[in-house]
Amino acid sequence: MAQMTTTPPITAFSAPPPSEAPVNKPRRGRRSIVASIGLHGTMIVASLIAIGPIAWVLLSSFKPGYAVQSSELTLVKDPTLANYEYVLFDTNFPMWFLNSVLVAAFTMLLGIFFSATTGYAMSRFNFPGRRPLMMVFLITQMFPVAILIVPIYTIMAKLGLINTLPSLVIAYLTIAVPFCAWMLKGYFDSIPNSLDEAASLDGCGPFRTFWTVILPLARPAIAVTGFYTFLTAWGEVAYASAFIQEDEKFTLAYGMRQFVPQFNPQWEYLTAAAILVTIPAGIVFLFAQKHLVSGLTAGGTKG
Amino acid sequence: MSTVTADPAPGRVGLPTKLRQSWDKNWSAWAMVVPVVLVLAILIFYPLINGFWISFTNQTEANQLAEICTKSITGGEVCKENPNAWSFVGLDNYANVLSGKVGEFWMWTANTLVWTVVGVAFHYGLGLGLAVMINRQMRFRGLYRVLLVLPWAVPAFVSAFAWKFLFNERFGVINEMLGWVGVDPVAWFDSRWTSMFTAVVTNIWLGVPFMMVALLGGMQSISDELYEAAEIDGASPWQRFRAITLPGLRPVSMTVILLGTIWTFNMFPIIFLVTEGQPAGQTEILVTGAFRAAFEGLRNYSLASTYGVLILSILLVFSVFYRRVLRKQGEVW
Repeated sequence: MAQMTTTPPITAFSAPPPSEAPVNKPRRGRRSIVASIGLHGTMIVASLIAIGPIAWVLLSSFKPGYAVQSSELTLVKDPTLANYEYVLFDTNFPMWFLNSVLVAAFTMLLGIFFSATTGYAMSRFNFPGRRPLMMVFLITQMFPVAILIVPIYTIMAKLGLINTLPSLVIAYLTIAVPFCAWMLKGYFDSIPNSLDEAASLDGCGPFRTFWTVILPLARPAIAVTGFYTFLTAWGEVAYASAFIQEDEKFTLAYGMRQFVPQFNPQWEYLTAAAILVTIPAGIVFLFAQKHLVSGLTAGGTKG
Repeated sequence: MSTVTADPAPGRVGLPTKLRQSWDKNWSAWAMVVPVVLVLAILIFYPLINGFWISFTNQTEANQLAEICTKSITGGEVCKENPNAWSFVGLDNYANVLSGKVGEFWMWTANTLVWTVVGVAFHYGLGLGLAVMINRQMRFRGLYRVLLVLPWAVPAFVSAFAWKFLFNERFGVINEMLGWVGVDPVAWFDSRWTSMFTAVVTNIWLGVPFMMVALLGGMQSISDELYEAAEIDGASPWQRFRAITLPGLRPVSMTVILLGTIWTFNMFPIIFLVTEGQPAGQTEILVTGAFRAAFEGLRNYSLASTYGVLILSILLVFSVFYRRVLRKQGEVW
């Protein structure tokens, strides 16, 4: 808190001042009615903007094609499940879905494992090479897909992995693991070292300590890591469109493009597919959301 | 990992003692790190160097093979040297790209800068504003938080499709809503800046939750006592925000702004799916332009790598500069 008086450079972006509330965390009842209306009004508008597009897609997915592509906008019109039926039974969508689930699940499991062990090592051991490694992890975030994709494509081709799902898992791990290891390192830093020492007095080796003592404590951060890795894999487009060539092996991100060709896009099917795609991500999100704030904090502050 | 944890051979003569001690002490740390380092080396650093090298050649899909093999009638394969095989061309690619002879580097750079600066500014500003508000005691706080974070749960490509749908010229909600206030429907994807606008809006919508959650976490780590003390001293809310909240958020802010900038700069799916570069490639950013060079039409691998190197250089310069500014202000990170 030593630099409390310096003006941070970020002021330019800062939001309007919280001028109405009397204190930062007032007890309920101390806020005036006007302030309350202002606060809740803003929150409601913001929430509407946040869920509006999703809600609109959801509503549209139950409309028949002519109503989706009509200039007359209605909330509900001749509700039907036909779009879902078509997407689920008359296209390769279930296949793409299964592919995406496999890719995302494996990426998530391996990603958590690798980033947790790496993060733990970086947090607890002051080994030579630790600082450069931290830097490297940050720098990997800068590598544009554009420079890596051709050489990685060549490597995958040499390994005979082009047009296979493992190629995607490997590619996604390289995106997710550095960031997650970085974040987890910050979180592990916030777990007192004395716990490790106690465990080692009880005869636990570093691996056992990590597995039985530290991992359970790091649940919030692990949840966020899992969420992030899952979403990375679930929503990635560039590698998926470059590596996979057969319709049956597409993941959702690429397969769904077939519903919106340049001419004559079939929006009614796209909306139904979009909702189906969002459901698994939403489920993972529900599990993770309680931990999002606490899990991200330490990683952010102590990175 | 078991291969790495092999016996460190205690007491072997000739091994420098320092190295051995370090090994004895750190082998478990290295064991934990090795898989990741290996994968990064194979899949990031080797490709990076390779990509660097390709950018100095004229390699495309057509000339990448050194030999052309054809099946002969007898069933065997006959291989001949490819007469048009790729070759080393030095800095030609860079000269072509930077002089504008090939592609639209400067326009794409301008697009990328607008895209990144506007995107990150709004992500941070809105994220901070929402975090400040939701950090207070209020009814329905948990509900608001879930709703506000929801866009984060939607995969980027789904959001991209959803917003493309909302911005549709003929039946999109946004044109309809403009109609309510008497504005004619806008053909969003027919001009450069309206098209860019759709992508930027999509990206802002997508990125605010991450900022909000990160900043909220940062705020919760600021001690309440500071606020109480400031209140006793008679500081106004605005003063408290400037003197306590913002400085307290500095470490988080610095990290998320840096990461946000890098991520937005390299954000692929939104432009790729929402504007698709319309009209006529005028809304392409560097990353999508490079991708199209590599995988659409004649796959010009060397050109794509050249763009890649340029993108990486811009980001590296930015990060070094950013870190230097931070260090001047006494930031540990």
